Amino acid sequence: MHKAKGEVVSVNESLVGVRTTDGAIMNGEVAYIIVEDGKRLKSEVIDVKEGNRAYLQVFEDTNWMKVGDPVEFTGLPLAVKLGPGILGSVTDGLQNPLYELGKIEWFLERGLEVDPLDNTQKWHFTPMVEEGAAVTGSTVLGSVPEKLFEHKIFVPFSIQGNHTVTHIVKEGDYTVDEPIATIQDSTGKSVELTMAFEWPVKRPMPFTERSVPIKPMPTGIRILDALFPIAYGGTACNPGPFGAGKTVLQHSLARHSQADVVIIAACGERAGEAVEVFKDFPELIDPRTGKSLMDRTYIVGNTSSMPVAAREASVYMATTVGEYYRKQGLNVLILADSTSRWAQALRETSGRKEEIPGPEAFPMYISTLISAFYDRAGVEILGDGNTGSLSIIGTVSPAGGNFDEPVTQATLLSTGAFWGLSRALSDARKYPAIDRIDSNSKYPSQLEQEEVTYLLELLRDGKTIASNIILMGEKGITDESYIRYQKAELLDAVFLQQNSFHEVDGVTHPERLRLMFNMIQEIIDTPVDIKGKEEIRSHFNFIRQAFLDWNYMKPDEEGFDKQKTKLLNLLKQMGHVAENV
Amino acid sequence: MLQKTYENIDSIGRAILSIKAQGVHNKELAEVIYPNGQKAFAQVIALDGDEVTLQLFGGGFGVSTDCKVRFLGKPIQVGFSDDMLGRVYSGNGQPIDKGPELMSDMVRVAGPSINPVKRLIPKDMIRTGVPMIDVFNTLVRSQKIPIFAKAGEPYNRLLANIATQTDADVIIIGGVGLKYDEFHYFRQRIEEAGSKNKTIMFIHTHRDSIVEGLMVPDLALAVAEQFALQGKNVFVLLSDMTQWSDYLRQVANAQDQIPANQGYPGDLYSQLASRYEKAADIDGAGSLTILGVTTMDDVTHPVPDNTGYITEGQFYMKDGYLELFGSLSRLKQQVNDRTRPDHRSIMNAMARLLSEAEERVKAQKFGSVKDDYSLRLLEYRKTFQRELMDPFRYLELEDALDLCWDILAQHFKKEEVGLSSKLIEAYWPEKGKFKILKEMIHE
Repeated sequence: MHKAKGEVVSVNESLVGVRTTDGAIMNGEVAYIIVEDGKRLKSEVIDVKEGNRAYLQVFEDTNWMKVGDPVEFTGLPLAVKLGPGILGSVTDGLQNPLYELGKIEWFLERGLEVDPLDNTQKWHFTPMVEEGAAVTGSTVLGSVPEKLFEHKIFVPFSIQGNHTVTHIVKEGDYTVDEPIATIQDSTGKSVELTMAFEWPVKRPMPFTERSVPIKPMPTGIRILDALFPIAYGGTACNPGPFGAGKTVLQHSLARHSQADVVIIAACGERAGEAVEVFKDFPELIDPRTGKSLMDRTYIVGNTSSMPVAAREASVYMATTVGEYYRKQGLNVLILADSTSRWAQALRETSGRKEEIPGPEAFPMYISTLISAFYDRAGVEILGDGNTGSLSIIGTVSPAGGNFDEPVTQATLLSTGAFWGLSRALSDARKYPAIDRIDSNSKYPSQLEQEEVTYLLELLRDGKTIASNIILMGEKGITDESYIRYQKAELLDAVFLQQNSFHEVDGVTHPERLRLMFNMIQEIIDTPVDIKGKEEIRSHFNFIRQAFLDWNYMKPDEEGFDKQKTKLLNLLKQMGHVAENV
Repeated sequence: MLQKTYENIDSIGRAILSIKAQGVHNKELAEVIYPNGQKAFAQVIALDGDEVTLQLFGGGFGVSTDCKVRFLGKPIQVGFSDDMLGRVYSGNGQPIDKGPELMSDMVRVAGPSINPVKRLIPKDMIRTGVPMIDVFNTLVRSQKIPIFAKAGEPYNRLLANIATQTDADVIIIGGVGLKYDEFHYFRQRIEEAGSKNKTIMFIHTHRDSIVEGLMVPDLALAVAEQFALQGKNVFVLLSDMTQWSDYLRQVANAQDQIPANQGYPGDLYSQLASRYEKAADIDGAGSLTILGVTTMDDVTHPVPDNTGYITEGQFYMKDGYLELFGSLSRLKQQVNDRTRPDHRSIMNAMARLLSEAEERVKAQKFGSVKDDYSLRLLEYRKTFQRELMDPFRYLELEDALDLCWDILAQHFKKEEVGLSSKLIEAYWPEKGKFKILKEMIHE
């Protein structure tokens, strides 16, 4: 395609109109606007009109732009560079590495573009095919060690049809931009390959073969793992008003989820919170690998004050990187915070384009985009029979905490688990403030299905009795109901609530979850025949105290078993009381 | 640079003017020259062919088609110098304190945002002496946090208290849509506290044009940022950002922008964010803390709603009290583990019990609260409110924590408070040994 040239004819915040003087324009291609001081502002074609008018959304500040500024089109869609070196990095929404930019300036000056993958670092490449081998897109050419994994070097996914390897380098150290192989198609056309290639961010990578998400992914968060689980390759949405604890929950998921690779997409969120993650993670040791948590993490830090158009790109970029690591046979988790801000970015652009708005001024096509985004998650059965998965947990920040708004509604229809955050619970400091009654998941739990039902039943009973207490007072209900209520409260206090900031209580591994559940079940099933509300409450208070003390102990800690015995004795005592009465 | 003057004004609105001109830059500063020679500032906000749209700082009233427009070839800038300390400026950067005009280094307004990797994780507690803040929602240096309050609440008093009771190097007050007496109040408080020589004010009052009001946060923050880059700890006070958002709505409306929620422009979130995100603890330099005011009827209104998603919490003021529920400091966890070992736990225990008490208040309305425990919860709630929620009661953090233990011990048994046995052993006051609270005499 002949690349177009043109000049600016209108400027309206980040939406810029361009008249082309030469060449064809492609919707979605990247163009650069050259402003007076010579800086090249990256942008993307989002609309073409009258054959020679392009509307660009500019990923940078459009200050000092003027009518007549020259524009260069690239003919290429917005793409992400894939190859070794992504893990451990922090980039903006256009894959500019922020630490590299930080060496230049304190501020994110516009017009700066830095190679996304370090092109000085050498990677130790081991070839896995020989000259003469038949290859095609996604065939593995070899591998390099990257942090915790053997990173497979693929024939770019976009290559189609049979090719023959005419040259491949020997085992040795190469940078991502050095040629490592040459392949030739049946017509004799040659392509030189490096360890990196690009993929357009808005085009989902095709699945080799797709399977259904059924294996629970432990998150370390008890209420999720027990009642509202997510599976490898699954999707979850996490809406809630501000202040309900989304951020803490996200950070906890990022730290403790048993995924191989975690991608955090801070799209339009507070910079301070993103910083907390990427300054903290290098210091934290992943207990499963003994290495820095950052070694399995990639962060897209396109925060709220960065140019709005790049916010939209950031979600897609994170997803494309996720799909790439899934093709590596890994379990990838994307935490997108927040998809509402992403949708708002679309709304801003749509408004400037003067499109007819849908509900709450969001563009009409918002639900289609949201469902297409979540559909990029899933379990992939790879060519070699191994599987990889991509799970997406999207945070939604509905305006006014109102779940009826279009973004939340579209997200609910597109995701497999719903973790609704409740203001009432967070006010009561019952964290995580995930609504015990209104949340749900279609994925299998680490507990048996009947055990889940058993817990949910107790919670529902507890809620009903609580509202009766409000109406009729404690005296208005039977001792029997009151005991049932206390059991539900206890379940909530010692099992569903969790102190994210505590070293031990902050994460619960599957074995301990089982142990705790068994204890809880014992308590629920132990018949209590105490009379009088004061007496009943006091008994459950003692149990709660003993249980909480136990929750804070490490299993290998002195006193752990003693505390467990104390708890069991308390239960026996209850039985004892029953006998005496 | 040749500054061209144009005469063919197309349209004049409340705050917008359009004119045909060439070679004009987006966000360029311009002068509107009246037939009598008087001048007013304007800024380019959109270009379409040779049609240039300008925002009028002085508003559209009195602008006529025989005015001329001269483009100045530079963006909006603000002076920056130590000489500004103690001074008062308007929303277009002109002195309004009868002092001399300042010819100093000019710095750009609304510059790009700081690279997140150049931020430090906030780590210093700001002691305010307000128990509801220090104990329950600790303020942290570099935090951006508003006070959410209805008009009529004493929010400006609280704002001034926090600013003057702490140890900022520089205080910058950005007043948007202030009533004259509020302006006077800030000035007086700053003088009383002896902080005048470290304070700069940018003040827009109701009599000034709305575009000037729109500029206030940008001027205040641009100057604040320069001081922070020089290594100073800077406090920026913005009151009131709801007014500011309303001005933004008026201007967007005058431009025929497609409105989003309740007529606010679709980019309200981004607009608020680019201001609040100036707050930062800068690696190798100083810090910028923003305390704002967001007046509101309820938190679901678009302005507090969008603000809440940007700021690191909020202090929620109601009926003259600082509320526990609704208030939040997102950064408190960064510091409250290094204050005193019981800080976090007691904060949570107090809150949990208070929320339980709130349930009983509801129940009480049905006349169904008669049991001893519920009655004690209600008593606890009263004590809590009386002893802790007054935003103008000054207590050192340690005293406030002791007071919390006293209050718990006054109303509850040890096993009722849900605190670990270790902490109870260390802090539970023995009978009759309250440190702060005077024991109530029950009959």
